[in-house]
Amino acid sequence: MLRFLVRRLLGVAAILLVVSLITFYLFFAASGEDSVVRLSCGKNCTPEMRETVRHNLGLTKPLLEQYWIFISGIFAGRNIGEKTCNFPCLGYSFANNQNVSHTVADRFPTTVSLAIGAVVLFMTLGIGLGILAAMRRGKKTDKVATGFALLSGSAPIYVLGPLFIYLFVQQLGWMDRPQYHQFTDDPFQWASGLLLPWICLMTIHMAMYVRLTRSTMVDVLSEDYVRTLKAKGLSGRSVYIKHAFRGALSPIVTVLGVDIGVLMSGTIITESTFSLHGIGMLAVTSVTDSDLPMMMGVVVIAASFTMLANLVVDLLYAVIDPRVRLS
Amino acid sequence: MAASTDTTADQPTGKAETAKKAGAPARSDGSDAFLSVRDLRVHFSTDDGVVKAVDGLSFDVEKGRTLGIVGESGSGKSVSSLTILGLHNREKTKIEGEIRFDGRELITMPERKLRDLRGRRISMIFQDPLTALSPFYTVGEQIAESYRRHLGANRSDAHARAIEMLDRVGIPNPKTRVNDYPHHFSGGMRQRAMIAMSLVCDPDLLIADEPTTALDVTVQAQILDLLRDLQDEFGTAILFITHDLGVIAQMAHDVLVMYAGRSVEKGTVREVLKNPRHPYTWGLLSSMPNLSGDVDVPLRPVRGTPPSLLAPPPGCPFHPRCDYADVVGGERCRTEPPLLALSEGRGTACHLSAEDKQRIFIDDVRPLLG
Repeated sequence: MLRFLVRRLLGVAAILLVVSLITFYLFFAASGEDSVVRLSCGKNCTPEMRETVRHNLGLTKPLLEQYWIFISGIFAGRNIGEKTCNFPCLGYSFANNQNVSHTVADRFPTTVSLAIGAVVLFMTLGIGLGILAAMRRGKKTDKVATGFALLSGSAPIYVLGPLFIYLFVQQLGWMDRPQYHQFTDDPFQWASGLLLPWICLMTIHMAMYVRLTRSTMVDVLSEDYVRTLKAKGLSGRSVYIKHAFRGALSPIVTVLGVDIGVLMSGTIITESTFSLHGIGMLAVTSVTDSDLPMMMGVVVIAASFTMLANLVVDLLYAVIDPRVRLS
Repeated sequence: MAASTDTTADQPTGKAETAKKAGAPARSDGSDAFLSVRDLRVHFSTDDGVVKAVDGLSFDVEKGRTLGIVGESGSGKSVSSLTILGLHNREKTKIEGEIRFDGRELITMPERKLRDLRGRRISMIFQDPLTALSPFYTVGEQIAESYRRHLGANRSDAHARAIEMLDRVGIPNPKTRVNDYPHHFSGGMRQRAMIAMSLVCDPDLLIADEPTTALDVTVQAQILDLLRDLQDEFGTAILFITHDLGVIAQMAHDVLVMYAGRSVEKGTVREVLKNPRHPYTWGLLSSMPNLSGDVDVPLRPVRGTPPSLLAPPPGCPFHPRCDYADVVGGERCRTEPPLLALSEGRGTACHLSAEDKQRIFIDDVRPLLG
């Protein structure tokens, strides 16, 4: 178990190195350097000014050396100009000179809040409807639930979002325009401010869980051991929830791991639809600004969460299914 | 019946069986039997038509006795047993007839009431104990679950009961094994655990659907011994379903031979195995290798294949495979389904006259059995 964990964490570190190196390289390959220098230098840029900018941004050194400075800086901290940047140092933004770590930390609660609420909603409703559909398979409930899932899953968020805002905010006036409030300030405001984006995310993600839960449960229900459970005289609830759903958990957790990774990396479209400033929006602006340190920061954070979510999923497999051995 | 080639102790000699089963209660006249199935018909509707899986089956199981149902795959053995517990697919199955258990009619019994019987008064063991046990819960939890469900025991009592049952079925170190998962158990141990689970509420009737088919021969013998011992101890009636006549010889007091959803021969195990009277039973017996006699006696399998239950042959369903259809005069075998005439629990569904049966058995069949 411990060996498994250590090995997997080493793997995560290795993949992070590769991912960050590729991002770093792609920035230069896509001549992000030119555009960032042009942005900083302005219209009347002389070659001397240009060199000064490059020097100030630390772009004069060889690529690998720059990469090494970035990586070692994360752990050891580094000095950039007059500013000191402590662990975990991801550098300073090219665009606004902000400390990248601080900016990311600043934006992160929005993304986490979006993710948590959405996950809770789509898991509850998706799995609930899936179980219901499996229990009543072939009947009306099943058809309504799977049909609803199909419909909701095929609505893109950039259609759904504006539609919801138009309907619930502008026409019916049931809620305010989505806004992020700190949970610690006022949990109620936090929840009501994020309700619309949560519902949107739930609507598009839920479909997957309805269909996955339903189909895996139907598979499990045809297993021999389910017949044994019925022969033991167990009630329907016991057969479906305690046993059949337990058998369907592994695939659900697999998909959930991927989804959490995606949500933590920032839901770009959702955030921009509802003008929420999370990691997703940060990713977009850093790319349009050719803001290398910010880009690197976002990529490293997003990649870490994706991989951690998958590591947790692998650990959960062993908890869910006693036949699984971690090795 | 190739599957019986690997059994050694199961020649239908009946010696072991008479000694072991001497203590069984005598057969009653059948009308007030503990489990009584009358003219059971189970029809499935499929896309291709109606499958008559069971077509007019009648039998009785008495307290403390074992009825063995034997037949090829698809003869309706398992379907009948699932129907008793109401475990068939209710939407696609049409059931007619009577299943009376301890004076109560099971076919019309609502699901809720059936559930209270399942596992409590009638329980079941299945063929493959690996797939029949949930991989997600410990063996102990699965045994305790039944006990808690039916007897309202609390967690710790049920756990203690599970240990007791594991001990009873001969699992070593039951106190530690109770917390193991099925995949930690060997095949034989799993079947023991399955038996422990089925007997945890001390049921009156145990339905064993090919319980030893998935096990190797030595383990098979152990499991049969265990079932017999437990039957002596608990007085459980057993409905034992198998395709293996050797197992029947060791386990059953009474035998019912099924073919194409009907019973073709019925009697005590001695009667049916020593003096079979139906051509199909002859076929089953002569297709079994005889390990105690000459080794060069050829096996004589039943020719042909079992009929489609979608469109069973008219008349006697066995006639296309029967060597003696022509002995019976006229077209009777092809047109008129034979009825199982019972006298004192013994009966054969065949148009052959009693004299012909006797003659053919002595002249043609017995030499093959050694």
